[in-house]
Amino acid sequence: MPGSPLVSRRLWISVLIVPPLAFVALFVVYPIISAFAYAFFHWNGLARGEFVGFANFYKVLFTQPYADWTVNAFLHNVWVFFALMVLQNGLGFLLAYCLWRELPGAAFHRISVFLPVVLSTIIVGFLWKLFLHPLFGVVNISFRGLGLGGLAQPWLGQESTALWSLIIANAWHMVGFPTLVFLAGMQRIPGEILDAVRMETESEWTKITKIVWPLVAPSATVVFTLLFVGSFNWFEIPYVMVGLEGSPHGATDVLGLYFYRTAFGNMSGSGQDFGAGSALAVLIFVFIALVAGVITFKLRAREIQI
Amino acid sequence: MSAASQSYYDRRGMLATLGKDGLIQIILILNTVVMLAPIVIMLFAAFKTNAQIFQSPFGLPDFSNFANITKIWSQTNFLRYLLNSVIVTGASIVVILTLGTMAAYAVGRYKFRGSSFVLMFFLAGLTLPLKLAIIPLFILMRDLGILNTQLSLIVIYVAMGLPTTVFIMTGFIATLPNELEDAARMDGASEPRIMWSIMLPLVRPAMVIAGIQNVVPIWNDFFFPLIFIQKDNLKTLPQGLTTFMGEYTTDWGVLFAGLLLSSAPVIIVYIILSRQFINGMTAGAVK
Repeated sequence: MPGSPLVSRRLWISVLIVPPLAFVALFVVYPIISAFAYAFFHWNGLARGEFVGFANFYKVLFTQPYADWTVNAFLHNVWVFFALMVLQNGLGFLLAYCLWRELPGAAFHRISVFLPVVLSTIIVGFLWKLFLHPLFGVVNISFRGLGLGGLAQPWLGQESTALWSLIIANAWHMVGFPTLVFLAGMQRIPGEILDAVRMETESEWTKITKIVWPLVAPSATVVFTLLFVGSFNWFEIPYVMVGLEGSPHGATDVLGLYFYRTAFGNMSGSGQDFGAGSALAVLIFVFIALVAGVITFKLRAREIQI
Repeated sequence: MSAASQSYYDRRGMLATLGKDGLIQIILILNTVVMLAPIVIMLFAAFKTNAQIFQSPFGLPDFSNFANITKIWSQTNFLRYLLNSVIVTGASIVVILTLGTMAAYAVGRYKFRGSSFVLMFFLAGLTLPLKLAIIPLFILMRDLGILNTQLSLIVIYVAMGLPTTVFIMTGFIATLPNELEDAARMDGASEPRIMWSIMLPLVRPAMVIAGIQNVVPIWNDFFFPLIFIQKDNLKTLPQGLTTFMGEYTTDWGVLFAGLLLSSAPVIIVYIILSRQFINGMTAGAVK
């Protein structure tokens, strides 16, 4: 190598650091900055037109029919987040607590709860779409077989059950993730603390609420934040199970589908609008970043260092 | 452990403990049934005819009936999709691990001005959902002339995977001991030589974790192919699955066989390497 050791060392560090840095700059940072910039322009198909200020934001937030669509989709995302908070994270905590006891078979249960997590969302979506088919799906066949034919419904075809069906499919798919993150958190609780608790109280409930829950706070921070980001990015499950329009009648429309339709057009290929789409992306992005930041900050504050 | 559980049993009394453990077992067994039943039903249905699926969805099939699977093999582009997924995922992982290790090694092993800035730069991508930058990415790929090629997917997956990889690898590399490195330096070994022959062999466990963490989301991704790839011959498995599910809507045995074949590679590898999968996929969330 030429020059002094110091120069060659600098050169070597540059050789290591520049390619990855350039890559992230071009394919992460630049697109994200552009996403903000694009929202302020008018777009003719793929061609950028003139600067229009906040017109695209005004369009998606305050003019009809966009305003109604935006609110409708947003509220569904909020609903999905809270439902999954209970079904996915709540159940995950319970299952983690059960697995933590290391009873016989725990290793097998741990592997099986995580199995759906490794499957593609597309496979999970199609699988549940077939299971929920009104005539031939295994869910309705089972209800009829048990003499509960009255409970058999067109799950994905009616407004009252469609969104719930998607939420349950998602919970089945992902419940293993919070389970194992919580389990790892519980396994880090020192044995002395647990022994001390057993001397003090008989109540399992006190043990969970006063000891385990506060001590797995770091796991909760991560799991809650990831669920929040995931809920407001929700796309694949609804896309596969109910289609781009969020059928029936927008009952399952969420921001991910709505953004896709606005930016790239619907199934008939009409209505492509990169301006309005970019404005939506920026709004969703800022919302996610702000709330995820607040969630992380608030939850970090209650974490206890063991 | 045994001493702790001993005193525990003393205090609680056998009966109460057994009751509680029984309840826990029931919860776990019920949950496992719910987790596995859909996969078992899919496996069975892949070997059934339509009539068998509708009449006895839970019944054991005739496992020698390969009609559905043969149909997929011979009448669809399944093998092509599978090969595409292998190519795209494999190439992405190689590039992610190469670039990720380079950056992590520089930040984790050397003190230099701006190193914390460099780390922050990578970590910024950790929480940002790249999906929302899909419009600029689409235009960027078009301008680079790689829309509708596998390169567009590889590039985006590397961008997606680098932040977590740098995060995991830097943490690991920074904790490696200095002695070996210093000894080699005293012997006059060059920095690249030290990295390649001495440090990299030690980094392998972290590479496995980072590799697994990336391989599952990339293998399963649907969103980016949906936007970037139109040609049927370039489609990846999840994307090809949507095409194929649209064509065989009435032939349920074939639909289930398609789902089974698409999920089989991941399920088999997961069963063999479940511990590594679980560690890898929760690595970012568990410290």
